[in-house]
Amino acid sequence: MKPGYGEVLIAEGELERADDEQRLIEEFRGQLDAGLWAAVPMTAHASQREARMVRSFNDIPRDAERVIFFPRAAGGG
Amino acid sequence: MLLALAATAIVALALLADLIAPWIEQVWARHRARRRRVPSVIYDPGRELRAEQRARALLRSCVGEEEWAMYHDLGFIRVWGGQAGGFGDAGGAPYAYLVYPHRPIVAYVPQTHRLLNEYCVAFPDDTAPYGSARLPDSDDVLAKWMALTGDERRLISTANMHLPGRQLDPARVTRDLWRLSQWERARMRRAAASEEIDAAP
Repeated sequence: MKPGYGEVLIAEGELERADDEQRLIEEFRGQLDAGLWAAVPMTAHASQREARMVRSFNDIPRDAERVIFFPRAAGGG
Repeated sequence: MLLALAATAIVALALLADLIAPWIEQVWARHRARRRRVPSVIYDPGRELRAEQRARALLRSCVGEEEWAMYHDLGFIRVWGGQAGGFGDAGGAPYAYLVYPHRPIVAYVPQTHRLLNEYCVAFPDDTAPYGSARLPDSDDVLAKWMALTGDERRLISTANMHLPGRQLDPARVTRDLWRLSQWERARMRRAAASEEIDAAP
């Protein structure tokens, strides 16, 4: 998510392919190092939707369609 | 004679260099600052509108159908609280949050509509790629929804907590809760009616 832009595609690939996976891991780390939070939207019990916050690449479910990065929260005024 | 004067001047300059050098540096820095071209980002309503449209599409693809309809019709989303045993002030009762774009998150007790707290939280992008650190409205709602459903404790501990009424008019929030209850009733009536039609021979 970006101010003035909305959704921006950072990277995409297939986890089954080693080079894709390595690239996705590097992008993932880069985003977290830049201070962003990462979340995976998913369907929970009884078809309820929720998000899972992920802090490492291994936290991402293998069947996740996407990971959304957004600026980390800060206390507002 | 001239040589002596020149030598004296050089010695004087060398002795005063410690005093003069910082002053010269300051003057030079001020001069460069005045000459520097500051990149200005012009507010572009078309760009902001396109950003909001993309953000709405992303929000719709992430939250449930009910939440999306709620946001579409009412302008906010309700997120159920996930802490076991309910909220501290709620006496163990189920609690929920109202999530508005770029407004504090409001915690309340759905059974009684009692307002509990306001949580002021923002998601500033310090890179400010288009001159603003502010996400589009629907992205702000999605960020709050993801953070609340994904790690409620972390978000709430990050937010600044205030009593109800600090930023949002309690009367307005109460009215929104009434609108939400009316909206849910209408939705249930429609669902029941469609079920009857489906069940009819």
